[in-house]
Amino acid sequence: MSDLIKKSAAELAALIATGEVSSREVTQAHLDQIARVDSTINAFLYVDGDGALAQADSADKTRGGSSPSPLNGVPLALKDVLAQKGVPTTCGSKILEGWRPPYDATVVSKLKAAGVVILGKTNMDEFAMGSSTENSAYGPTRNPWDIERIPGGSGGGSAAALAAFQAPLAIGTDTGGSIRQPAAVTGTVGVKPTYGGVSRYGLVAFSSSLDQAGPCARTVLDTALLHQVIAGHDPKDATSINAPVPDVVSAAKRADVKGMKIGVVKELTGDGYEKGVAESFAQSLAILESLGAEIVEVSCPNFKYALGAYYLIAPSEASSNLARFDAMRYGLRVGDDGKRSAEEVMSMTREAGFGSEVKRRIILGTYALSAGYYDAFYGSAQKVRTLITQDFSRAYEKVDVLVSPTTPTVAFKIGEKSDDPIAMYLNDVATIPVNLAGVASMSLPSGLSQGLPVGFQIIAPAMQDDRLYRVGGALERELHAKWNGPLTNQAPELVI
Amino acid sequence: MALTYEDVISKYEPSLGLEVHVELNTETKMFCGCATVFGAAPNTQTCPVCLGMPGALPVVNEKAIESTIRIGLALNCSITPKSRFARKNYFYPDMPKNFQISQYDEPICTNGYLDVEVETDEGPKIFRIEIERVHMEEDTGKSLHVGGATGRIHGAEYSLLDYNRAGIPLVEIVTKIVSGTGKYAPEVAKAYVKELRDILRSLGVSDVKMEQGSLRCDANVSLAPIGSGKLGTRSETKNVNSLRSVERAVRGEMIRHAGLLDRGERVIQETRHFQEDSGTTRSGRSKEQAEDYRYFPEPDLTPVAPAAEWIEKLRSELPEKPSLRRARLQSLWQVPDKEMAALVNAGAVDLVEETVALGADPTRARGWWLGEISRLANEAELELTSIGISPKDVARIIELINSGELTDKLARQVVGAVIAGEGDPDAVIATKGIKVVSDESALIAAIEKAIAAQPETAEKVRNGHVPAAGALIGAVMKETKGQADAARVRELLLGLLGQG
Repeated sequence: MSDLIKKSAAELAALIATGEVSSREVTQAHLDQIARVDSTINAFLYVDGDGALAQADSADKTRGGSSPSPLNGVPLALKDVLAQKGVPTTCGSKILEGWRPPYDATVVSKLKAAGVVILGKTNMDEFAMGSSTENSAYGPTRNPWDIERIPGGSGGGSAAALAAFQAPLAIGTDTGGSIRQPAAVTGTVGVKPTYGGVSRYGLVAFSSSLDQAGPCARTVLDTALLHQVIAGHDPKDATSINAPVPDVVSAAKRADVKGMKIGVVKELTGDGYEKGVAESFAQSLAILESLGAEIVEVSCPNFKYALGAYYLIAPSEASSNLARFDAMRYGLRVGDDGKRSAEEVMSMTREAGFGSEVKRRIILGTYALSAGYYDAFYGSAQKVRTLITQDFSRAYEKVDVLVSPTTPTVAFKIGEKSDDPIAMYLNDVATIPVNLAGVASMSLPSGLSQGLPVGFQIIAPAMQDDRLYRVGGALERELHAKWNGPLTNQAPELVI
Repeated sequence: MALTYEDVISKYEPSLGLEVHVELNTETKMFCGCATVFGAAPNTQTCPVCLGMPGALPVVNEKAIESTIRIGLALNCSITPKSRFARKNYFYPDMPKNFQISQYDEPICTNGYLDVEVETDEGPKIFRIEIERVHMEEDTGKSLHVGGATGRIHGAEYSLLDYNRAGIPLVEIVTKIVSGTGKYAPEVAKAYVKELRDILRSLGVSDVKMEQGSLRCDANVSLAPIGSGKLGTRSETKNVNSLRSVERAVRGEMIRHAGLLDRGERVIQETRHFQEDSGTTRSGRSKEQAEDYRYFPEPDLTPVAPAAEWIEKLRSELPEKPSLRRARLQSLWQVPDKEMAALVNAGAVDLVEETVALGADPTRARGWWLGEISRLANEAELELTSIGISPKDVARIIELINSGELTDKLARQVVGAVIAGEGDPDAVIATKGIKVVSDESALIAAIEKAIAAQPETAEKVRNGHVPAAGALIGAVMKETKGQADAARVRELLLGLLGQG
């Protein structure tokens, strides 16, 4: 195993920039690691070895140019929900099997322009619906900390790829916690930027008003470097914010919380949180306090309605977004025998192509939007959304950021909750309010409970994403000193 | 025995509701940058957005918003300060996303009206048509059903889909219930669509070609017994592709409904398709079980919030209303009603106005556009605007006639040559050597030659039988190949024969 794969993206970028190693060597080292461990981990749905090496060569050529990109030549794992031209994109679903997008998502264009090398597409819960990656049509991804356990979801593939040193950087998407919960249970860092901070163009929509792509890595600085590359206004996304990107890289480097007011969300602690999780959270608060931050408790009384509102809004939008998968123009087609009508082929394709969780949410959303039920369900959920947004606004009158454990528990076992959707949904109780309000949030590792990673969540106001990196960077510096490096270095050696 | 229209209106009071869909003539589609050229090869004007590819997102076409606001203002509507797009969800193979981005409970324009004039037994009468809403949406693709007898999806062997039309900006203009028209309902419907078409044309926002589908009308018709004060069950007739069809469709549905009601049957609330050949309608899908479109606000788009100053600017720049403009020009040009109607129908009002603005007198300008040029346009099956002669050319030709440099006959030659692409009038005259023969010695020689050739006719004229001069004048014109001024020939001839 090459030493290169244990390095951070910032370190790799520096080595490549000075010519000490080539991007091709770095890329090859990661491809080798994928070849070594991925039959066990199943983080990747598609590995684009030739494409990645070609991108690496091109990055090696541009090395030392006039305005070098801070991540030139560094490899990355891309969640399979983002369109990459010519590369299979499935969203973890059978219904998109064989589809090769004719265009690049804006995030992908930005990565390519920055010289980032895309290794391949990572596994996920089908259409990002899930918290364990067990809902992938292509088999579950395993947690590198314990391969009997889930790596979180929906972006379990991206998080596991980081934890298994298959990539130093990854892109995730977060609709209700799909970046942060996998980060928490794999001991990695993940950020859900402010809604509208990163373009959604080319992100296959699950719930348009909640979806947000974001950066994932093993360190706060790497996450910031990737954030800087993918963020910014995009005229192709009408919901993209036309404002300067907060300076997240400087904030990660400054990593200073002296004088900051940090609010602990009362509703996101206490009952229901595993003891080890609560202890790790308390230790992190003590560290932040020792660094000069003021810790206060803040109440967000409407958060208790967040899960309910989320499971009406997200399925409603999904029921409409997923209507386009009808076998007419791309992807799977079932039952086209020349005799059946288009409607019959659509119906048979959707029956065969969607998994049960996707069907459950389409049915739920269709019901919630139906005439006569709209006001009671979708309408009420939107009102709750407004109340939650107001909870955040009031909280930010008192504090600079809010914090909570990212998840109530550490990674659970594969199969443990697959028959109980509600138990599965409860995983996201702390992450969902963030998406409903469109604010920014980070999860970073705060320690171990029962030998498994625990995540610490930081929540900043919209377009103040830099605050995540100030607080996260400060906490991480202290923790890395204690751990002698990133938490992922403590993961047990994979037995292949 | 079939009911006559007189029977229908003696017992029933009609109510109308008209929904007009207008394709805007923006350069690009409603939510993407694809071109909108009519008649392009199938699926050549598409992209990930209008094909509904996974991950693609819509972005609103500003020009389409502007056009819709201008339509709303021209129809006396209020412009909503903050309107929203909504998704209308239903499955159909020619709709790429299986939802249509439209507007639902927050349309951009509401509560307007349009006054239309209809000729009644008591003379011209104004009917005010109230507009409920004007909203924006995207068009669907087009299906072509191959095989099968009817060209309909039922019985077809396979279907072809063309997504060029998918995403073309559509504006839907919906009236409130139109009542109180009595027997004039068909004429009112036609007059409304016609006036609306003229307004849209004057705004320059659409090609408004019903035969190409850039203006489509759905006519809702219901009947109730006179004096009942109730509304009957309506039918909605689609596929009404000309102004004449609007009138025929409304009349046909009134007769059909009355027949059902007279027999004690009920009218089914349904969509019907107008049959151009028979003037009747055929049943489409039933709307008895109202389809649930599960409308909800389009999360991929932000609300449309036009600045008040912008709206006022657009209002101040609206063109003159077609009805007012017609009245003004008619009085200015002193044209009888019938001929004004002919100008309007031929689409010649703008052309005549431009020609007059370039110095031509209205009567002559009208004469040329409605006469020779219309004749050639009809032959070529072209619109006056696309036949290849401009108001500037026509004004110049009229100027040359007035100065005596062209006769009417020569002018027709010039018009033909300009249309044939041989250049502007002066170039045509120069290359063809067209000129009026005004050299009097040459004319006199030609006249003397004619007299010598027809001595008996000349004698009759000398004896005071002036009408006989026509044959001699004709011979002179023939000799000079039509280039002589006939009036001058007549003068000289009569002078030579002692009748001057």
